[in-house]
Formats: sequence, C-alpha cells, structure tokens
Amino acid sequence: MHGTMAPTAAEAELPAETPVRHHSYLSVVFLRFIRQPIPMAAAVILLVIALAAIGADVIAPHDPYQTRVARRLAQIGTADRWLGGDELGRDVLSRLIYGGRISLTMAIVPVAIGLFVGGFLGILAGYAGGRVNMAIMRGMDVFYAFPSILLAVAIAGALGPGLENGIIALALVFIPPIARMAESVTTQVREYEFVIAARLSGASTFRILREHILANVAGPILVFASSQVSVSIIAASGLSFLGLGVAPPQADWGLMLSALRQAIYSNPWVAALPGAMIFICSMCFNLVSDGIRRSMEVRR
Amino acid sequence: MLFYVLRRVLYAVPIAIGVTFIVFSLVHIAPGDPISALLPNEATQEMVEQARREFGLDKPLPVQYGVWLASAATGNLGTSIGSGRPVSEEVAGAVWNTVILAISAGLVACVAGFILGMVAGLWRDRPVDHMVSLFTISGVSLPHYWLAILLVIVFAVNLNWLPPLGIGPDNSDGWRPDWPHLRHLILPTIATAAIPMAVIARTMRASVVDVLDQEFVTTLRAKGLLPRRVLWHVIRNALPTTLAVMGLQLGNMLGGSVLVETVFAWPGTGFLLASAIFQRDLPLLQGTMLVLSMFFVILNLVVDLIQSWTDPRIRRA
Repeated sequence: MHGTMAPTAAEAELPAETPVRHHSYLSVVFLRFIRQPIPMAAAVILLVIALAAIGADVIAPHDPYQTRVARRLAQIGTADRWLGGDELGRDVLSRLIYGGRISLTMAIVPVAIGLFVGGFLGILAGYAGGRVNMAIMRGMDVFYAFPSILLAVAIAGALGPGLENGIIALALVFIPPIARMAESVTTQVREYEFVIAARLSGASTFRILREHILANVAGPILVFASSQVSVSIIAASGLSFLGLGVAPPQADWGLMLSALRQAIYSNPWVAALPGAMIFICSMCFNLVSDGIRRSMEVRR
Repeated sequence: MLFYVLRRVLYAVPIAIGVTFIVFSLVHIAPGDPISALLPNEATQEMVEQARREFGLDKPLPVQYGVWLASAATGNLGTSIGSGRPVSEEVAGAVWNTVILAISAGLVACVAGFILGMVAGLWRDRPVDHMVSLFTISGVSLPHYWLAILLVIVFAVNLNWLPPLGIGPDNSDGWRPDWPHLRHLILPTIATAAIPMAVIARTMRASVVDVLDQEFVTTLRAKGLLPRRVLWHVIRNALPTTLAVMGLQLGNMLGGSVLVETVFAWPGTGFLLASAIFQRDLPLLQGTMLVLSMFFVILNLVVDLIQSWTDPRIRRA
C-alpha cells in the first residue's frame, strides 16, 4: 500500500506545478476538498490543535504540572491562568494544549490499527469468499454483539488502566466495522469485469489484489475509517473519564474533565472546558470526513 | 415468515456462544493470576487453594469455560469481591434502573429523532433542513458525558431546577413512578438520548429523501392522491431502515449508560460496571457484561424480526 500511496500523495501537494494535461485522482479529490469551506475550516482547526499539541513545549504558556495553591480553581481570565486553574492550581490552558497529545493519540491510533487489521481481514474475506469469508465475518459478528463503548470499557477495565491498554481495547472495537465495510466493497469489486479479465489472463492473486482490488476499495474504506475517528475520540476520552486512560498527573482531556467535576459548583465553566475540546475535535473530524466523502463522490 | 424467524433465531445461537466466550476471557486477559483477581487481597493460602478447586482453575481452559457457562446458565455468576454478595443479585438490582432510563431515553430519542428527520427530509434544502442538519451533526459529535455535566451545571447548579444526581430523594435506590423520582430522571434521559436522537434523525432524513426521489411517489402524486396519503406511503417506506437504526441505538444506550450513569450516580448496570472496574471486581465485571451483552443479542434479534415484519423484501433475502 505504501508503495502506491507515496508518489500520489506527493502529486496531490503539487497540483499547480503540473497544470493542464491530466490530474491524478487524488489531486482531483484534494482540489475538490479545499474548495469546500466548512470541511476546510474544520481541517484547519484540527491542524491548529494538533500542531499546538506537538509543539506544546514551545506554545504552552506554563508548565502543565506546576501547581500553585493561590491559583486553585482560578476563574477564566485570571492573570497567568487565562483559562483558569484546575483543582491543584495548574494552568488549564497549558494542560488543554498538552492534553491533545494523549487525547488525539488515543483517538487516532486505534482507528489506524482498525484500518490496517480490519481492512486486511475484510479484503481477505471478501476476495477469498467461501469458508474463509464465513470464518472471518462470523468472528466479527461476535464483536458486533456488544454495544461498542461497553466492549471498550469492559476490555480496558479487565486489562487495567493505561494508554496502551486503552488503545488495544479501542482497536478491538474498530476492527469489526471496518472489516465489514471492507468485505462488502471487496465482494462487489471482485465481480467487476476487469477483475475477472485480469484473473482469466493469468494475473497472480497478489497482483490482482494489489492493482485491481486495493486501488478500488482503498477509497471507500479510508472514508469510512475517517468517519470513525470522531466516534473514537468520544470513546477514548470516555475511557479516560472513567480512569481507564493515562494516570493522573498526566494531561488528557477526558481525565481533566473527570477531575474538574468537583469544581462544577465553584467554577463551572472551567470544568466544562476539557469537554469542549473533545466536542470540537469530534465535530471537526466529522466535518472533515464528510468533506472527503463528498470530494470522492463521482460527479453526476 | 416462520422460516425466516427460525433461521434468524438459529443464527443468534453461535453469536451468543461467541459472546459468552469473550466475556469468559475477560478475567483471563486481566494481568496476573485470575485467582488473585477473583479473591480479596487478604485471602489466605488455604482460601486460594479452595477457590482454585471451586472455580476449577486447576483444570484446562476449555473445561473451565464449560463449568463457568453451566453455572452462569443456572444464574450463578459468582460472588462480588466488593460487596461479598452474589453477582446475580447485584446485577438484578441494577438492571431495572437501567431499563427505566433506557426506555425513557429511547422514547425521547425515537420520537424526537423521527420527527426531526422527517421534517428535514420533507423540506429538503430549506432553512429548516439546514437547522436540523446543524443540530444533528452537533448531536452525533457530542460526548454524552460532557453533555451530562453541562446539564448539571445549567439545570442543577445555576438554575437549581432539577437534582444533580441520584435516582430519587433520600438515597433511594430504586425508581418509582412518582414526581420526585421523575425529576431525577429528566437530566439523565436527555444526556442518554442526545446521540441516538441525532443518529435516528439523520437516518430518517436520508431515507425520506431517498423515498421521495423514487418514481412511485411521483406516480402517487400524479394520480392525485391526497398529500397526507402520500406522506403515509413515504413513512412506510422510510421506516424499516430507521427501525433498524433505532434498535441499534437502543443497544448503544446500554453501552453509553456506563458514562451517563457514572456522572449522575444512577444506580444502574453502567454504574455497577464502572464501580466494578474501579474496585477491580472482576466477577462483577464479568457478570454485568454477560447480562448486558445477552440483552443486546436478544435486542438485535427482536429488531431484525420487527424489521422483516415491516419490510417483506428482507424475508426473501
């Protein structure tokens, strides 16, 4: 997959350099995407939050771990605690910026794992058909028999708290729906004439999978997976909220929301801030995913 | 129809078995010896040995699974480490409270989602459609535990209209149909219903738009059928998809309840599960999960059957 993706992604970034002649599929999608104002704005917001999280050491005004008794539960707008202070007097703004590191990792990595594992299983099931399909898809159905957040909570609860355990639990939740999606697209593509033609002309299974199947199923699977990130961030922060994410001194939006619950009487709007970050990110992921899907649609 | 029902029920059996297998393995994926997870910390060596025999942990895993399944089938789900009471009693006490919340939230989500979706679909691309779309896209992105906290901040802390937590006044541990208990139900209902309502509204809108585009609607209109009769045909055709989503969302409510019940200290299965995790009470975790997931399997079955009843095309598939 990497081999085919890398050059096309580079092309997508250089649409102006290769004008007329022909646009690659990805550059067309990219151009359509940036022309949609709302998904584009959402993408910019996500980019800003992600860059702030990556560059938190430079951007954050304060040390996210530095406690100050005098700033405990400080109101929004207090000097050197612009977005207030938390229950230990730490700077909420800095902790929100740092919190993006763990919160976004815990949201995106499980979907990425789900994309590779679920995509692989789904394409395998869809292309092989028969008993292989039966075995894989019935296995996935079992995981479908649990409400998704409940399954993540139970697995993370049994494994114990921690970032890795949380990611494992969430990945197990996202593998089945992505596999199901991949299976249904692959089953359709497998019956297309060009695939049958390739098979009849003696192309190897690997070559058919790589050149014909993957090229045609990658788009829908990616779009579907991207739509799952907004679900993932709510679930991931939910796990942290229950104490199943990283351990307390660390900054994470779900954990902050849970810790600041004791402040809802004295300082309610500071207490609501970490949840607002989760909401904004989830919404932006939703809008971006919608935008990608629309850019990929065949124009009629 | 009978054949379809039979086939669908038979199909649910292997799923249910698979579910029990995953629930069984929860204790075994936990770090450390399962016996240390099943017994309190101060257990003596003697107790450990006795429990090991009692739970059959000295036997191979498949045998253990069989023993566990057999005892679970007779209603014995083990003993809670936290309270020392049988897990089945703990779960039975909590299930009813969760069901009350699920029914209340389910009704709100289905009715509101249905109406919003239909209105948006019928007036496609009009201002009302855009407003509903904005509302529902916020709804599906909303962390429900955050919404729960916001509701508490606004309606309990600032306005002081509704109680912030609990199922009823004076440490009540069960729901009763009276006004004080109803007041306690309002905020958890809204928090639980928000996401499902948005999902149902989006699905309903999409299916109404889909049906309106079909030729038979044009035919119905062309032959001069009254608009409300046309509407009936549209609803009837949009319903099966929406019903399926409604069923799934009801199941997800059971899952989402873990967080909402934690925020409101609502003594249901979700709260029980959260406290089981907090105290590392694995028998309680396992028992609660088994009951909830079986409930979900049955719910899925019922939804499929209802769907096939409203849409004859599914039966022939």
